Amino acid sequence: MSAMVDIRSVTKSFGSVEVLRGIDLTVRTGEVTVVLGPSGSGKSTLLRTVNHLEKVDSGQVSVDGQLVGYRRSGDKLYELRERDILKQRTHIGFVFQNFHLFPHLTVLENITEAPVAALKRSRKDAEAAARRLLERVGLADKADAYPRQLSGGQQQRVAIARALALEPKLLLFDEPTSALDPELVGEVLDVIKDLAQQGTTMIVVTHEIGFAREVADTVVFMDDGRIVEQGPPSQILDAPRHERTRAFLSKVL
Amino acid sequence: MPLTSDAPAADAPERAGPPPTEAPALKVVPVRHPARWAAIALTAVVLAQFAHGLVTNPGWEWGVFAQFFTTETILRAVGTTLQLTLYGTALGFLLGLVLAFMRLSDSPFLKTVAAGYIWVFRAVPLIVQLLFWFNLAYLYKRIDIGIPFGPGFFSFDTVNLVGAMSAAVLGLALHQAAYAAEIVRGGVLAVDDGQLAAAAALGIPRLRQLRRIVLPQAMRAILPNAANEVISLFKGTSIVSVMAIGELFYQVQVVYGRNGRVVPLLMVATVWYVLLTGALSVLQHYIERHFAKGATR
Ligand SMILES: Nc1ncnc2c1ncn2[C@@H]1O[C@H](COP(=O)(O)OP(=O)(O)O)[C@@H](O)[C@H]1O
Ligand SMILES: [Mg+2]
Repeated sequence: MSAMVDIRSVTKSFGSVEVLRGIDLTVRTGEVTVVLGPSGSGKSTLLRTVNHLEKVDSGQVSVDGQLVGYRRSGDKLYELRERDILKQRTHIGFVFQNFHLFPHLTVLENITEAPVAALKRSRKDAEAAARRLLERVGLADKADAYPRQLSGGQQQRVAIARALALEPKLLLFDEPTSALDPELVGEVLDVIKDLAQQGTTMIVVTHEIGFAREVADTVVFMDDGRIVEQGPPSQILDAPRHERTRAFLSKVL
Repeated sequence: MPLTSDAPAADAPERAGPPPTEAPALKVVPVRHPARWAAIALTAVVLAQFAHGLVTNPGWEWGVFAQFFTTETILRAVGTTLQLTLYGTALGFLLGLVLAFMRLSDSPFLKTVAAGYIWVFRAVPLIVQLLFWFNLAYLYKRIDIGIPFGPGFFSFDTVNLVGAMSAAVLGLALHQAAYAAEIVRGGVLAVDDGQLAAAAALGIPRLRQLRRIVLPQAMRAILPNAANEVISLFKGTSIVSVMAIGELFYQVQVVYGRNGRVVPLLMVATVWYVLLTGALSVLQHYIERHFAKGATR
């Protein structure tokens, strides 16, 4: 199978703090990669470089064979104009820990905004598609609600529908259940599992080990800006080779 | 579960032990507020005295007030005041919006220019600025439009270009822009970062991010402050009376200069200012309600 995401020697610093210290990672089409690691290890930053919400200092990221944020000509990289970067992002769905729904727009408007604004879909088509997506995440009756009228779990499911509305090739999840009350975690994970079963390519940052065991093709453990080890869930979760992985797992399990 | 004394008895009618004693019907006696009643009485007396004075003191000359309140000169002056407010607000907030985004941009040059503008135009008293604009013709005899520092294609005589009214609008707008810029900037900063990140992640074009996602949310923080500014500009228009423009305050001065009835004519202006400020507050209420969509408070 071909690579959907190819991350090569990526580094990134904020001021004098080196947050990513040379990351190499490949995600194959149709596979689910789960990223684990302690808080502050650079998981969110890594995820944000994949859709160029964060610029890399060195190294490169490609999605579906296309360099993200740059155009290569000879041995030079030219930074893309913002307009072209925005266009690249429409192929990559991003789901945030805190949902970031637009509070002044209804659920339906939240979902149709990007297809109408970025893909120039007609409002009518976008709304029909949005209603199908709401059905899929089990919220068909919430189309006209405002985000604040929904529970956290419902809001996150709307945020997933909003990301899916662009029909992305790749979905990125940054701790999608960390802001939820424990009893609401399951409903969001069920939606993500469903997407995984349908062959959606995803990178999921999470602390839900059970979920990782069930759906991940690859588990990646990060610490201090580096990938410490990666492999199938049975190997990383049950027989970790590194002491740091073991220490982390003993804390979250 | 709510803590009520009779609920368990109702839930468990067959429990053992002595039968529950009949709960006596108790009367609730609200706490008394003697101090509040005293304050109310005192305030009422003062208000009544004031109203009595308004009616019986002949100095107010209500007849003269009634005679002038809706005369054509005064109505036209009210129109001019509203025009100055409208143009000053519209141009001021438009320029303010541009300045705010310059100051929020990543370019140090644009930032500095905007900050400099805000500094200067907040520093110069409005009246001083208005007089400057009024005397623009003295500074620049002609304005040429053409290649910067090069030959001009069009030119205007400033005396014709900047009439008293446009000088006033210009002065009010430029002054207003400095304050509007800060109000808009404050509103934009109050919008959560995550909103922009989400809009960017969805590939929504930049201008649309601002217009559709950021500004509507910023409006909630902008509106109360903006309403203050509009109201203070509305009253501030009285300053342009120094430029002999026939707005409300200038016009009542002209009238009482002729007939010597100072107090009733000042009341004419006052009542108009109060009524129209009331109307602006009502408008503010409806605009704020519009932008409160989806909010819980
Ligand atoms: N925009 C930023 N500016 C400065 N420091 C940042 C920024 N974003 C993240 N960091 C820092 O980078 C480190 C890694 O952050 P992050 O990628 O969010 O880690 P994780 O998601 O694994 O918890 C943290 O120390 C964090 O404080
Ligand atoms: Mg994080």
